[in-house]
Amino acid sequence: MFNVETIRKDFPILHRQVNGKPLVYFDNAATSQTPQQVMDAIVEYYSNYNANIHRGVHSLSQEATDKYEQARLTIQKHFNAKASHEIIMTSGTTHGINLVASGFTTLLKKGDEVIVSALEHHSNIVPWQMLCERTGAILRVLPMNDEGELVMAAYADLLSEKTKLVFVNHISNALGTINPIKQIIEQAHAVGAAVLVDGAQACPHLKPDVQALDVDFYVTSAHKMCGPTGVGMLYGKEDWLNKLPAYQGGGEMIAEVTFEKTTYADLPHKFEAGTPNICGGIAFGAAIDYMNHIGFENIATYEHELLEYATAQLLEIEGLKIYGTAKEKTSVISFNLKGIHPYDVGTLLDKMGVAVRTGHHCAQPIMDYYKIPGTVRASFAFYNTKQEIDTLVSGVKKAKMMLS
Amino acid sequence: MTIKAIQEDLIDEFSMFEDWEERYQYMIDLGKTLPLIEDAYKTQDNVIKGCQSKVWVHAEMDDDKVVFTADSDAIITKGIIAILIRVFSNQHPKDIIAADTDFIDEIGLKEHLSPTRANGLVSMIKQLKMYAIAYQTQLN
Repeated sequence: MFNVETIRKDFPILHRQVNGKPLVYFDNAATSQTPQQVMDAIVEYYSNYNANIHRGVHSLSQEATDKYEQARLTIQKHFNAKASHEIIMTSGTTHGINLVASGFTTLLKKGDEVIVSALEHHSNIVPWQMLCERTGAILRVLPMNDEGELVMAAYADLLSEKTKLVFVNHISNALGTINPIKQIIEQAHAVGAAVLVDGAQACPHLKPDVQALDVDFYVTSAHKMCGPTGVGMLYGKEDWLNKLPAYQGGGEMIAEVTFEKTTYADLPHKFEAGTPNICGGIAFGAAIDYMNHIGFENIATYEHELLEYATAQLLEIEGLKIYGTAKEKTSVISFNLKGIHPYDVGTLLDKMGVAVRTGHHCAQPIMDYYKIPGTVRASFAFYNTKQEIDTLVSGVKKAKMMLS
Repeated sequence: MTIKAIQEDLIDEFSMFEDWEERYQYMIDLGKTLPLIEDAYKTQDNVIKGCQSKVWVHAEMDDDKVVFTADSDAIITKGIIAILIRVFSNQHPKDIIAADTDFIDEIGLKEHLSPTRANGLVSMIKQLKMYAIAYQTQLN
């Protein structure tokens, strides 16, 4: 039974004050809060079995290795990957994208084409631009419309036998649009192109099935889904991961080293050089367990309710415009007040204890499309309440009064 | 008036506000009323891009004093600029170079001058000082 008041008890931070007011945390798309269960996993790790993994013969190292590999299995099961070695532990989404982009340096040649969507975060644009600079491949852009949806009619025109790679986010961080990634993947595969999906914004809201999607690469970060920062995962189809060269050299990733030649370890270790974020990986597993315990169907239903409620309330404010009105969207509202800079609204809301994000959200091309410097973004999680939305709405009204 | 005297005036003025709302309303009103820079100077060369808001700064010499004009696209940033200009403009370059901005702390606006705030204000102060250093070199 989904009960938000019970859930809120799991999150100590939600009970603190900011600027003398009860915290209203609506910056979930930037990072989610951490439940006690995940913090307990972190404390337990350092209290009971902190040791370096994979190499030790002693019991503590074995225990830590087992827990870490158990987390990998939890991640594999959650995303429904065929094999656990298709899950590469990373430091986060950006790391995963860079790993793949770097690997494609040897697989692309001059004149090849790669397609990026207009809705991307800078982290899913810049590594590919760098890849194009290195290889002479051409970066093409899948455009968006006024609602913040991808123009799928244009996609078919962009695809050709020259297309080698397509990268798109599952959900836009700036607008909340849920992209039709299944269709994007199908059409890309029809011309022989691989697809990387940035799932950082999707994983807090839904449960992706990488086999059903038939996606080639899927990346995400733990800290968007109740886990700690500095850890994430890259899913890659085994064939692709075998084709990509090793990313970073170091310990863990080797089979045999002589000064003449090194042979690399098998998957997933080939891509996991050095001592990993062991505690982070284990806590990532705990976060996935926690979210599955709440249930993604419950989360989706409740967050949709919050989104509808907040949208209706905010639209009653005269001069407030919402950016991103896609039919399929998650609990993210990007908005501006007419003639008022988002920074001013965010600054005043902070004084009232309401944490929102302002600015371009690392998605400048989207802001350029709308010809705005940025937006105020309120993003809701399953532990937020309608009362908190009321606080946001009255805060926005007050900010408008002060700034007009 | 010396920079120090102006800063003390500001601390006095701000001590009269009872809460954050009065303080911010005052800054917003400052931001709204002051014409801070001529449009001709709102050029690419004069812009300081923060991640959050933009700031334009222009400097010129009037006798042996530096006159600053500036602007921002965000009104609270503009209000703080108005305060900074009141402190630093129309002063001798050597006084500008020597001045500190500790008063910002005392008037309760410290968070706006944090280097991580990315509103362009920290870079703006650096820019004011750079202008002062350049003009001081000319005077020498």
